[in-house]
Amino acid sequence: MYEIVHKETLSHNVKLIEVSAPAVVKKTKPGQFVIIRIHEKGERFPITIADSNPVKGTLTLIYAEVGKSSSLLGKMKVGESILNLAGPLGNPTKIKNYGKILCVGGGVMVGALLLQLRALKNAGNEIITIVGARNKDHLILVDEIKKVSNKTYLATDDGSEGYLGIDFLSDILKENKFDHVFTIGPTSMQKIVSEMTNNYHIPTTVNLFPIMVDGTGMCGACRVTIGNTTRFACVHGPDFDGHQVDFDELISRMRFYNPNEKIAMVLYDGR
Amino acid sequence: MVAKKSQIEMPRQDPSSRIKNFDEVATGYSTEMALEEASRCLNCPKPQCVKGCPVEVPIPEFIKLVKEGNYLEAAKKIKEKNALPAICGRVCPQEDQCQKNCILGIRGDPIAIGRLERFASDYERKYSTIQNQEIPHTGGKAAVVGTGPAGLTVAADLAKLGHKVTIFESLHIAGGVLMYGIPEFRLPKAIVQNEVEYIKSLGVEIRLDSTVGMLATIQEIFNEGYDSIFIGSGAGLPNFLLIPGENLKGVYSANEFLIRTNLMKAYKFPEYDTPIRVGKKVGVIGAGNVAMDSARCALRLGAERSYIIYRRSRDEMPARIEEVENAEEEGIHFEFLTNPIRFIGNSRGYLEKVECIHMKLSEPDSSGRRHPEPISRSEFMIELDTAIIAIGQSPNPIIQQTTEGLEATRHGTIVVNENTMETKIPGVFAGGDVVSGAATVISAMGAGRIAAKSMHQYILSKIGSSQ
Ligand SMILES: Cc1cc2nc3c(=O)[nH]c(=O)nc-3n(C[C@H](O)[C@H](O)[C@H](O)COP(=O)(O)OP(=O)(O)OC[C@H]3O[C@@H](n4cnc5c(N)ncnc54)[C@H](O)[C@@H]3O)c2cc1C
Ligand code: FES
Repeated sequence: MYEIVHKETLSHNVKLIEVSAPAVVKKTKPGQFVIIRIHEKGERFPITIADSNPVKGTLTLIYAEVGKSSSLLGKMKVGESILNLAGPLGNPTKIKNYGKILCVGGGVMVGALLLQLRALKNAGNEIITIVGARNKDHLILVDEIKKVSNKTYLATDDGSEGYLGIDFLSDILKENKFDHVFTIGPTSMQKIVSEMTNNYHIPTTVNLFPIMVDGTGMCGACRVTIGNTTRFACVHGPDFDGHQVDFDELISRMRFYNPNEKIAMVLYDGR
Repeated sequence: MVAKKSQIEMPRQDPSSRIKNFDEVATGYSTEMALEEASRCLNCPKPQCVKGCPVEVPIPEFIKLVKEGNYLEAAKKIKEKNALPAICGRVCPQEDQCQKNCILGIRGDPIAIGRLERFASDYERKYSTIQNQEIPHTGGKAAVVGTGPAGLTVAADLAKLGHKVTIFESLHIAGGVLMYGIPEFRLPKAIVQNEVEYIKSLGVEIRLDSTVGMLATIQEIFNEGYDSIFIGSGAGLPNFLLIPGENLKGVYSANEFLIRTNLMKAYKFPEYDTPIRVGKKVGVIGAGNVAMDSARCALRLGAERSYIIYRRSRDEMPARIEEVENAEEEGIHFEFLTNPIRFIGNSRGYLEKVECIHMKLSEPDSSGRRHPEPISRSEFMIELDTAIIAIGQSPNPIIQQTTEGLEATRHGTIVVNENTMETKIPGVFAGGDVVSGAATVISAMGAGRIAAKSMHQYILSKIGSSQ
């Protein structure tokens, strides 16, 4: 059992929790994830680790309440415990001094981005960061991101804060000479970023989160096409070369269970 | 008295009703049936049956106890050598092992050893409760990776010898393939958990959610103070066909299909949260136990037509005969000498059909094996909404990749000394599917038995020399 020791609301349906998992914390590195199961009849689902605190022995997880499982997690209170939490899983992000880098994060994954940024900063990189969200209210952790970035841009889908959309990225790519780009967040955003950086031939690392069940290479639900080969995101990734990913296939596969999720949601809260 | 020629039939759910539920197909002998079957045993002075058992269950002794009506004693007798009898009685290929050697088999049916084993252990589960056992402690500490039959056997054997045992399991529940692979209708999960409880009653600690290699490496487990480690991580990595269209929506690995169905109980969605999608026409590629289980699950999940697509012929099918018969009774269609060459989807990325080619078997090669060869221009289509790839599993590489000095073959199996099951790292032992490649429950247990013996010696000499 893994106790929730702290909880806060970051934006209207985005929650942050700190979960006690000292053994997992000891091994956690940026870019990795955990698989959790909330109750006896619950499903296993992955959440990217947003931070870890070795002193308190806690993991920070940030998630949006979108389906039944994340909504159930959202209802849990401080002092209650998550039934199962396995991790850290997946390969850590490769941290080194790349030189000048661009990091593009969106949605709830901005938490995981922050963890990567701190490590990349410590490794000596010059960092320009773009943080995106649906709208102003959904932008999270902006101050923390600014602290570790040399320059930070904000962007929203509706233009309510910062730039409108992601098109301005091409100007940034034109004006700067980046040695590497990292992107983490909604798959459609990672796709666009990878397409743009491909035009400028800048090596780009994406962090994928397809449907997963075990998270240890047993089921193949998480398979993605990288170049001409099939890879399992949980054990070969989740970081991949963004220019090699078949994003359309990935996005299509991620929707496979949408009808079932709708049923679960309707039965859960009538939505 | 002359023994009857034929076995007492196993009562089973009728095919037309059982394909609508996940309840156990074979419902088990009644006391009368068990007594009658046991009375056929000749109690040979030189029993051959035991020689066919990888864990040397004292077969004639336990059958004698059943004959005498001492069912609890019979169960205890089996447990002297086999920690998981209710499981083995259900899923072991007895026809190729103990029963193959039975003298009665020459003139009629061999004794139904598996069914009697199941009867005795089911009786015990019903009429007695598990009690924690006090075993004098040697001071030795062993770690086991994986709660499949190999790991559970090692844990039980070492615990009985007085060592403190901790098992590390990656999943959220113990049992390995017994929980995530073999379906409820062949092996009820409550029975597996009961056997796990028995192992715990011997003092074994099970740590779930603990993926060795990620949460802690083999070296880090040694650093925690364990004297010896057993790796029983199984063969959980699904093989794919590597043909076009394999990532279409509707194409599953058998592992994913079975994990969702059995481990996560997707057949009870939405009561359980894990979903599964099964179309009207389901094709399973392969013909082993895993394929039979997948095809039979698909029927129960609502498929109207469920195929086994196999590139060799009926005679080469690796599945147990009993399971093939069950599958046929349930109306599974078999497409023999048929090999898929590509999956074809619609514009929205959903599977629609599979293109196959007819095969023929070559003349036997020097080893006597006949290879399937495509017959040119014999391509044809099978319409499918769901395809399940069940062409085998390889060992999961996480431990091999994170353990320096551990030698693995190019198939990913761990290299051991077969007499001791010791790996290239002193004190680290391995067995079961991770060493043999995907095999059987009982062979995993047999390997565990050997490993436990060697680990016992290793631990004793280690703690002896440090005192
Ligand atoms: C669908 C199916 C049907 C089958 N039917 C039969 C049958 O009828 N009869 C028969 O005899 N055999 C059958 N088999 C084969 C049999 O189940 C296996 O041979 C047997 O379970 C192997 O046992 P094992 O202990 O080696 O591994 P497994 O049972 O695979 O157990 C390995 C365990 O290790 C865990 N693990 C893996 N990696 C790690 C890690 N890094 N850290 C911690 N834990 C880890 C896994 O989660 C798993 O719980 C079947 C197999 C399948 C898949
Ligand atoms: S989640 Fe099952 S193999 Fe990756």
